Amino acid sequence: LRKNVEDFTGPRERSDLGFVTFDITADILNGKKWFANGLNIFDWNVKQLFLYLSAEYSTKNNALNQVVLWDKIILRGDNPRLFLKDMKSKYFFFDDGNGLKGNKNVTLTLSWNVVPNAGILPLVTGAGHVSVPFPDTYETTKSY
Amino acid sequence: QLYYQVLNFGMIVSSALMIWKGLMVVTGSESPIVVVLSGSMEPAFHRGDLLFLTNRIEDPIRVGEIVVFRIEGREIPIVHRVLKIHEKQNGDIKFLTKGDNNAVDDRGLYKRGQHWLEKKDVVGRARGFVPYIGIVTILMNDYPKFKYAVLFLLGLFVLVHRE
Repeated sequence: LRKNVEDFTGPRERSDLGFVTFDITADILNGKKWFANGLNIFDWNVKQLFLYLSAEYSTKNNALNQVVLWDKIILRGDNPRLFLKDMKSKYFFFDDGNGLKGNKNVTLTLSWNVVPNAGILPLVTGAGHVSVPFPDTYETTKSY
Repeated sequence: QLYYQVLNFGMIVSSALMIWKGLMVVTGSESPIVVVLSGSMEPAFHRGDLLFLTNRIEDPIRVGEIVVFRIEGREIPIVHRVLKIHEKQNGDIKFLTKGDNNAVDDRGLYKRGQHWLEKKDVVGRARGFVPYIGIVTILMNDYPKFKYAVLFLLGLFVLVHRE
């Protein structure tokens, strides 16, 4: 799993709003199942995977913040290999306050929810994660 | 003979009640099994699917989890996914939800002036599910005649079963 990101921030009223663009190269495998020709997470009981990219960070106001930036549903039969470039976040990355400015420790992680045909609903976190430091100043020249 | 039948019936009812209450204690949720009522979580869940919940306090609420919550003043629980959380040092948490199949987050569903959900609004977290089974509950709600028919048949079965 690898991601590359760039970022800007812009103030909106009283809360920081972050903009992140990213690439996702992901090959989702289930290490626990072994088959003759390879590993496959879409076993007999998997209906779909709900993928989401979340940003996790701490601020003065809140010890833990998690914001989902983007999600995607992969149905059984769809290609589980992703090559996405220059994606914009699907959801507004608002902080509860002004904790994004100068925040050097924002971590992006890819996780997914395995939805079975019937049974347990596990949440799995991907192996790679990327740290996205936000700049100390607000971006005023760009418009989105 | 009649005395025995009544006792038997009573045993069945109280066993069912004990199992339900036991489930409530084990899972920590006041409603450990719920039926999905809307299509807002498709294609993962459809109307009529049965969800199994837990509501343990030690389990923190994290994004990506599927929570069942109630909005203050409304009876019907909603099953959606957690989109954002902001948690304070002391454990106080406020979070935002969204249905997978909805274009926007749930702020429009919350109470007027309410922007976030809190722990107290949560009925439980979905840990497992079985499809279709809950259709019976929906049918019984939408067609009361069906409900009476089912109850009548059940009663008949219990009585007739005793030889």
